[in-house]
Amino acid sequence: MPELPPSLLSLDRPGSALSNSTGPIIDFAPDASCLDVEGLSLAYGGKPALRDLTLRVPRQRVTAFIGPSGCGKSTLLRALNRLHDLDETVSRQGSIRLEGQEIHAPEVAVDELRRRVGMVFQAPNPFPMSIYENVAFGLRLQGGMSRRRMNDIVEWALEAAALWGEVKDRLRASAWSLSIGQQQRLVIARTLAVRPEVLLLDEPASALDPISTLKIEELIRSLKSQLTLVLVTHNMQQAARVSDYTAFLHDGELVEYAPTASLFTNPRLARTENYITGRMA
Amino acid sequence: MTTLTIEAREVRRRERLETIEKSLDRRHAKERRFRRMGLAAVTTGMVLVVILFSSILMRGLPAFWQATFYLDIHFDPEVVQVEARPVQEAGERAADFRDRDLAWQSQVGLVNWQQLIDDALEAELGEEIEARQTRDLRALVTSGERRALRDRFIDDPSLLGETKRLKLLASANVDVWIKGNIDRDLPDAQQQLSAQTREWADALHERGVIRNAFSTALFLNPDSRSSLASAGLAGAFMGSLFMMLIVIVLSVPIGVASAVYLEEFAPKNRLTDLIEININNLAAVPSIVFGLLGAAIFIGYLRLPLSAPLVGGLVLTLMTLPTIIIATRASLRSIPPSIRQAALGIGASRIQTVFHHVLPLALPGILTGSILGVAQALGETAPLLLIGMNAFVSNVPGSPLDQATALPVQIYLWQGNELRNFFEARTSAAIIVLLALMLSLNALAIWLRKKFETRW
Repeated sequence: MPELPPSLLSLDRPGSALSNSTGPIIDFAPDASCLDVEGLSLAYGGKPALRDLTLRVPRQRVTAFIGPSGCGKSTLLRALNRLHDLDETVSRQGSIRLEGQEIHAPEVAVDELRRRVGMVFQAPNPFPMSIYENVAFGLRLQGGMSRRRMNDIVEWALEAAALWGEVKDRLRASAWSLSIGQQQRLVIARTLAVRPEVLLLDEPASALDPISTLKIEELIRSLKSQLTLVLVTHNMQQAARVSDYTAFLHDGELVEYAPTASLFTNPRLARTENYITGRMA
Repeated sequence: MTTLTIEAREVRRRERLETIEKSLDRRHAKERRFRRMGLAAVTTGMVLVVILFSSILMRGLPAFWQATFYLDIHFDPEVVQVEARPVQEAGERAADFRDRDLAWQSQVGLVNWQQLIDDALEAELGEEIEARQTRDLRALVTSGERRALRDRFIDDPSLLGETKRLKLLASANVDVWIKGNIDRDLPDAQQQLSAQTREWADALHERGVIRNAFSTALFLNPDSRSSLASAGLAGAFMGSLFMMLIVIVLSVPIGVASAVYLEEFAPKNRLTDLIEININNLAAVPSIVFGLLGAAIFIGYLRLPLSAPLVGGLVLTLMTLPTIIIATRASLRSIPPSIRQAALGIGASRIQTVFHHVLPLALPGILTGSILGVAQALGETAPLLLIGMNAFVSNVPGSPLDQATALPVQIYLWQGNELRNFFEARTSAAIIVLLALMLSLNALAIWLRKKFETRW
């Protein structure tokens, strides 16, 4: 995380320092960007959800998208692995590049893209299979893997998702027999097993109890040494606890995008401050 | 001043509480009334079902047992004057041998088999039968039994000269008489049997020569008009079976595939909307219209044979397809989107998502829909009447191209038979067989549903 200039850390700043301009204000230029979103506009059946949005997601960092309900943060997240392709009412302009390559280019295979950019949803959605099969499923899709190697990867993925210790003796049990928190970590393990480069997390802890939430947050922090994470959350404290960078979206537009500490302690725009202090739902 | 206000408030509060209490009573009474109405509706339904089933069972069950003669048949060489059955000689061509064998069989067919039955009856009755009484005597055993004797002899020529105790079906009129399905006090002119025949039947019944035995004929024989007592369901059953096989083989794969394509892969545009509306409309088309369509296309244009289970199966397939497509689509739609997203989210292709995750989860619903559709087709009569499946067919069909009829059509045919007091029970028995088939299909649907639902 970049060092913050000391002046930005002072809390007793005058209100007049806040600008009422609508932004966007982008406070940093990450040197190694993994995802480049440029001029992205997206509409559901003519109803705009994202307007001309440009931002860069840094590699091996946790980036959080925050904003009120309906601001477009989940839409943006889904656009990153083309989950909108299934909905024919969605129209899109602009580009998204993953490691410099346009993801909408015709030569990009969408299933391979989704392997590279994995997704974890709000409600845990394990398949109605055993714990082992859930994790092995993505590997089986690719085929051509020895039993031994598959066992190793399943163990590695469950280990990485901090679940191995709890399930190693009952890998053949149904995934639905796990608690909700365990199920969510299982889903993360399932996604990790196919070695994605980016992990998209759509409010991954909002259905969980506080202890499970804590475990997921620890997991997110531990994973950033291996991959790039993008987190959508409603929970301000969570964004502050786990993310390195935070983007505040409102009404389909990017309002402010800055290192997390700087955004939470010293927002530059009045709209941002209103939201993070709870004055705007 | 303030006290007044407080009192006024208190009064208003109490009034409000009373209103709430009154409305509560009213609402509870409404609920009780509604529950009683529901209960009454369910009870009425149950009572009607019980009446239906018990009346069918009461009429139909006796037909599973039929008046049967237990006679010692002597294969008298004087009557059965045939040579020994030919055997294939060394060096003889197969065709030549077959010709000789067929010649022998037609020779056997010329034997007066009725004579054997007459002799056996005469022996049982212990009296000389005069020539003028032959007619009365032959009204006892149903006419199909002489052919049964012939077939038995062709199967086993060593019977020649032997005496064997055999079960022979009594004629339909004797069955009616023994079971008391006709008023015994009616004058002779209104009786279906002559006084002599009735007297013999009673005597033989008393001595245990005629017994009420379980009727295998009902299950093993095809329909018959010359020998009513041996009319059975085998032909109709096989016809229905062939049709069901065709319906299952065609409508389930085509229906499920169309539903999967429409639901998971097809673009949403005017064309697919039009297709969807039309499928829904087809499900509501009266079944007889499908029969007209089948008559025009399969028989009129494609020149497929009349009365064939193949055509019946094709017509019923057309009728069943919309049901299966609609049930499958509903079942696919009920799979939570999270499962699709989960599979897509880790790099499954759309095909992999559908075949690995969506279809297995939708399977119980698809199976239930398909089986109910097939069961509905099994009970369908109207379209079959238009493609000639109401013809009288006295053979058991050996292939879907042979002429045949179907169980519900057989019920319809028997229901219209003139010999009411015999066929009323027979019709109910056929209904019982059809219902049993339906119930087992439905039980299969429930079992499959349970089996695939509780995998985890």
